[in-house]
Amino acid sequence: MARFIIRRLLAMVLVLFAISVITFLIFQVIPGGDPAVRLAGKQPMPDQLARIRAQYGFDKPILVQYARTMKEIFTGNITSYSTQINVVDEIKQDFPRTLWLALGAALMWMGFAVAFGLYTAMRAGAIGDRVITVIALVGVSMPVFWIGALMNYYLGFKAGIFPNGGYVIFGQSPTDWIYHLLMPWTALSLLFIGIYSRLLRSNLLDTINEDYVRTARAKGLTERQILTRHVLRNSLIPIVTLWGLDFGAVLGGGAILTEVVFDLQGVGQYAYESVKQLDVPPVLTITMFGAFFIVVLNTFVDIVYAFLDPRIRVS
Amino acid sequence: MSGDGAPLLEVKHLKQYFPIREGVIFAREVERVHAVDDVSFELSEGETVGLVGESGCGKTTLSRTLMRLLDPTDGEIRFRGADVTHAGRRGLEPLRREMQMVFQDPFASLNPRKTVRQIVSVPLRLHGMSKDDAFRRVGELLDSVGLAAEHAGRYPHEFSGGQRQRIGIARALALEPKLIVLDEPVSALDVSVQAQIVNLLEDLQDEFGLSYLFVAHDLSVVRHVSDRIAVMYLGKLMEVSPAEQLYTKPIHPYTSALLGAIPIPDPRENRARERILVSGEPPNPIDPPTGCVFHPRCPRATGVCETDEPPLVSYESGHVAACHHPLNVTEQEISAATRSDASPHTAGEKLPSAA
Amino acid sequence: MSADPLLQIRDLGVSFLTEEGTVRAVDGVSLDLAAGEILAVVGESGSGKSVSAMTLLGLTRSPNARFEGTATYKGTELIGAGDHELQGIRGEEIAMIFQDPMTSLNPVHKIGDQIAEQIQAHDKVSDAAARERSIEMLERVGIPRARERVDSYPHEFSGGMRQRVMIALALSCDPNILIADEPTTALDVTIQAQILDRIRTLRDETGAAVILVTHDLGVVAELADRVAVMYAGRIVEQGTLDEIFYEPQHPYTWGLLGSIARVDRDRPDRLPAIAGLPPSLADRPEGCHFRPRCPHAFGKCDQTPDLEHRGGGAPGHLDRCWLEAEAKERLRQVDGQIGLRAPEESPA
Repeated sequence: MARFIIRRLLAMVLVLFAISVITFLIFQVIPGGDPAVRLAGKQPMPDQLARIRAQYGFDKPILVQYARTMKEIFTGNITSYSTQINVVDEIKQDFPRTLWLALGAALMWMGFAVAFGLYTAMRAGAIGDRVITVIALVGVSMPVFWIGALMNYYLGFKAGIFPNGGYVIFGQSPTDWIYHLLMPWTALSLLFIGIYSRLLRSNLLDTINEDYVRTARAKGLTERQILTRHVLRNSLIPIVTLWGLDFGAVLGGGAILTEVVFDLQGVGQYAYESVKQLDVPPVLTITMFGAFFIVVLNTFVDIVYAFLDPRIRVS
Repeated sequence: MSGDGAPLLEVKHLKQYFPIREGVIFAREVERVHAVDDVSFELSEGETVGLVGESGCGKTTLSRTLMRLLDPTDGEIRFRGADVTHAGRRGLEPLRREMQMVFQDPFASLNPRKTVRQIVSVPLRLHGMSKDDAFRRVGELLDSVGLAAEHAGRYPHEFSGGQRQRIGIARALALEPKLIVLDEPVSALDVSVQAQIVNLLEDLQDEFGLSYLFVAHDLSVVRHVSDRIAVMYLGKLMEVSPAEQLYTKPIHPYTSALLGAIPIPDPRENRARERILVSGEPPNPIDPPTGCVFHPRCPRATGVCETDEPPLVSYESGHVAACHHPLNVTEQEISAATRSDASPHTAGEKLPSAA
Repeated sequence: MSADPLLQIRDLGVSFLTEEGTVRAVDGVSLDLAAGEILAVVGESGSGKSVSAMTLLGLTRSPNARFEGTATYKGTELIGAGDHELQGIRGEEIAMIFQDPMTSLNPVHKIGDQIAEQIQAHDKVSDAAARERSIEMLERVGIPRARERVDSYPHEFSGGMRQRVMIALALSCDPNILIADEPTTALDVTIQAQILDRIRTLRDETGAAVILVTHDLGVVAELADRVAVMYAGRIVEQGTLDEIFYEPQHPYTWGLLGSIARVDRDRPDRLPAIAGLPPSLADRPEGCHFRPRCPHAFGKCDQTPDLEHRGGGAPGHLDRCWLEAEAKERLRQVDGQIGLRAPEESPA
């Protein structure tokens, strides 16, 4: 186990390094990305540009710039070029919103997926199965920014049933907090509910035909016991691990579009705005932040998988 | 260690070890699975050699290695005199025509998305035959294995297990090979179908002059097709014998135990028979026992069996066995016995002495 | 042996509705099982032997399955029994072990838990007591270091050990009937010998009756007291072990006995095989199902023969063949042994 974790930590270092280099280089080569120009504002004078370059060190070789930026990120001293605000502070403020969005959506999609998956597997081939399958496919096909925008407009703006975007801090008003998150959670979940319920359905149908389920029945267990202890337990293992990975991905940046559509001011939205302005420091920091989460969650998922499925422990 | 005729296949001290790797950053080999551990034998033209043993004995790994589906760890494989042990893809091309394989599971070894015609014609097309010629040949091949030409357009799932195995055999015959390696070709079939397939294999051998390496765990089936039989246990050869002699005069206690474990479909004989049940389970090929690999389960084992690996001893007319306390041999035969070249390098020099 | 049979099966029929039509897997099976006896049900794939065995425990129930006939166990009718009733019988009164030990155990539960699960499904005992009983059962089937291994997972055992675990599981509630469906087919021959020996010992110790479903006549000869031979969904012959092996009355039985490769006899030139293939389950011939492959078929064979005693031998020896007893005795000898003549050689 210790060996496994050490290997993963080393892998993480490599991944973060690779991501930081690639992101950094991307910004070096995109047109319009010259930060000196952006910082200078309209109609910059050459000496103005030169001064900015010297001040920020843009005239130094790339390697030095890279090293300096990395140092800034890791000491928490990194400031945005456009807003002049400390990036890390901003992230700290925005992160809870992203976290609650991701967590709430993840729990919601898991709950519905298990319910739908079970229902459609038990009634495979019947009308109920086909109806829910169609609904699931529709859910998978609708892009989140589109459905999110529609929900926001019709349910929020027009009908007034839900708030028109925005985020309320939990401490201020728990009910409002949930109220504001319900639509974003739903929009983000739809895609995953579709995928996960189909996946669970498929796993359940496979597991039901396994020999060990027949053995369980031959033991005299009730159908409910067979369902929970044998069929569901075994079918959920790959689902749970996938859930961990998707949760990590959402947390690491997959919720950007949802945040923007509903104006939740989370880390994703921050990244979106920074990219629009080609503002390197936030983008770089958030990218690495996201990558870090994904690697950590991947590792966690692998450990959990080994815990759930003893066959994995051998390898 | 050989039959009559020129040797078609020569195997010399073949080893196939699989590494088990562990390590934090760089995986180092910590253990090895001794799947095939110094095996030597010859197979002549027109001959059938049966290779038997229980699960984990290495017979499947050996057959795959001979087909060069795997790269041997050590030793030598010669086909028609040419060294093919480490030949690359080019060097193996002629071998691939002459040596074909039939697999165990008739349900898994045929591509369910291809028609019979497509399946059987693949080897022909790969070696340059035109489509029309190939399809015509498919008809001939199906006929030789007892299927009808109209079967060519159907899919595997439309056939029974026995018929699928016939298709597999037709595919193996496509390139007119000299040697066919059959890996448990009838184990997955019903008893009466087994008999049909075994008879078919014998007919084909006569008709096309084929040689067979017949890998099986079922001693009763192997007896019918084989000229000679080799018994493997934990990666090593225990005994090699002309077929009939293995059943009438087994020399190695493991062979005797195997024969004894087979229930005889004859209640009176079964009741009358005295048998020693082999106890325990086959040990781990990662950490084989010292000395004779069978000694922990052998009812005849003594101290020397634990310390000295017995050489393969040649008794008479091609019957060899690796045992310090052989069964069914007379004093004369023991004193006339010699050490076979097929003995593993790690085996001792000591021959069994007359009791 | 008690006078009343423990299990009485009468005219059992099992059909499955499929896209290709109705598949009649079991076509009128009647059997008695006495307490403590080992009854072997022999047949090849498609004979209906496994389906019959599994139907006794209701394991073949599905939306497209149709059942006929009765199977009475100690006064309880099994075929139409309600779920609750069946659950009480499964494991507790009638237990089953299956063919493939690799897949018959849940890979993510410890084996001790899987045995305890059955115990606690039928007896109100504590976890600790159930665990003790599991360890005890593992020891009885010969698993070394049972106390440690009770917490192991199935993949940590070899095939032979797993089958022993299955046997321990099946016997954990002391059932009166053990159904063993091809228990040794997937195992090596030396391990098979150990397992068969273990089954016989346990039968001797506990007095449980055993229904042994198999295609291997060697296993039958090793273990069985009585034998029922099945072909194409029907029992074609039934009798004691010696009667079936030495005085078989049905040509299919002759064919089966003749086609076995034997290690203890001289090797024949060709393995006698039964020509042709078993009939498709959806489309069976009228009358005797074996007629298309039987070299001795004659006019009367287009009427279905009942399973009854027809002359030669003890009254318990039943068969479904219209041939006269004397003809049977003569025709079953081929080249000095029992077998089935190949079609071309059959006299008119």
